[in-house]
Amino acid sequence: MQPEIISVSADTLVGEVARAKFEGFRFVTLSCTESGGDSVDILYHFDKDLRLKHLRLSVLKCSTVPSISAVYFAAFLVENEIQDLFGVRFEGLVVDYERTLYLDPEVAFAPFCTVGAQNSNREQTVTQPGTADS
Amino acid sequence: MLKTIIPFGPQHPVLPEPLHLKLTVEDEIITGVFPALGFVHRGLEQLVHIRDFQQMIQVVERVCGICSMIHATCYCQGIEALMEIDPPPRAKFLRTLWCEVHRIQSHLLWLGLFADCFGFESLFMQFWKIREKVLDINEATTGNRVIVSVNVIGGVRRDLSTEQMQWTCSELSWVQNEIACLKATLLSDYTVKKRTVGKGVLSKDKAFELGAVGPTARASGIAQDMRLLGYSALDQLDFEPVVETDGDCYARSKVRFQEVLQSIDLIRQAVSRMPAGEIRTKFKGRPAGEMFVRVEQPRGELFYYIKANGTKHLERLRIRTPTFANIPALLGMLPGMWLSDVPVVVLSIDPCISCTER
Repeated sequence: MQPEIISVSADTLVGEVARAKFEGFRFVTLSCTESGGDSVDILYHFDKDLRLKHLRLSVLKCSTVPSISAVYFAAFLVENEIQDLFGVRFEGLVVDYERTLYLDPEVAFAPFCTVGAQNSNREQTVTQPGTADS
Repeated sequence: MLKTIIPFGPQHPVLPEPLHLKLTVEDEIITGVFPALGFVHRGLEQLVHIRDFQQMIQVVERVCGICSMIHATCYCQGIEALMEIDPPPRAKFLRTLWCEVHRIQSHLLWLGLFADCFGFESLFMQFWKIREKVLDINEATTGNRVIVSVNVIGGVRRDLSTEQMQWTCSELSWVQNEIACLKATLLSDYTVKKRTVGKGVLSKDKAFELGAVGPTARASGIAQDMRLLGYSALDQLDFEPVVETDGDCYARSKVRFQEVLQSIDLIRQAVSRMPAGEIRTKFKGRPAGEMFVRVEQPRGELFYYIKANGTKHLERLRIRTPTFANIPALLGMLPGMWLSDVPVVVLSIDPCISCTER
């Protein structure tokens, strides 16, 4: 059976998370996954009495989304992890490692985000015929 | 008072794995903590693009050797849920048995390391002597001492004879007797209590707020144990989570000590109720869809997010290990502690950086 996931937008995210906290849900973690094209899905997981609640936020790769670490402090670590690995930036992080939780400062790409690599290839593919025409 | 920043780890005598904490101290009292990770991050989650969904069992077993069986069980349960495979009842009981054996050896490993961190070398050796017997059980029943590799999609690859199960129970009786001899030392000894009682206190509200899991949460009065979900054969066994309320290092060691005995009891129950039959369900096809799975590792709640698209490679595998969840709780325990108590408090969450840096 597929789990039930509630879709949220960047505008309603913090409100929904605050409501989950008010209702007594424990913060479990975030999951980030590519959802095709240039977007990623960020899933927010909460638990209450062994029942999971999931929120899904779909955003463009490399976009900035509000951090929930002001609501659930425990989220700061996983939000930093997603910043490192997927390149999504979190605005308002209570502890911001500036993409150095796992990565060295000089690493510019997001290692878990294949979209970026595909885009680079695509750009090369597009420019090559142009170069031939010229 | 002048503030000083002292690095704790990644190389430190009490840390078997590289965790780094920047400690802000005033007159040897901790006033701030800043964690740093990433020294051994392996990117194992990305191997889903190279290994197929069946080969990934071997990968997830290597996220952490100490709880390899439980990682594999969690992963297999997720894939089975996606593919609507129901493993045979005997396979579920065998998974439960080996998972609890893993919990025993992990807790014994921690009890030894914990004793070692405050200098009680002989207690460390006693706990590890007992642990060897548990590893012998792993070896005799699975062929391996640590990474047992018995899980497959749809069940398990090894069966146990009645004689093997009886032998396991008799060996565990020896373990139980030996542990009973150490109970007074661990829980009543003056020096142990001096180093653990009232150290690293985490209140129930704070534990919930910071998302603590496993023995760390249970020692603070939160009766949260993913085994209550009833996965594998746990819905057919009787147990209650071990809960303490003091929330200090002593309470956390007490929880783990009692959980060793609880796991022995669960194994006996599993053996006595073991159904006959097949150990593996054959299947066809490939997984598709999204699934969230949770099981109870020795250190707490283990969370897997699996996303599959019908090909042999998964699209995404996300692993949230209990130590990752307990690091914010650790940051809540340390302020106000003496610098000399930091190793004891850090060890009290049973940090597994191998898990964290999956």
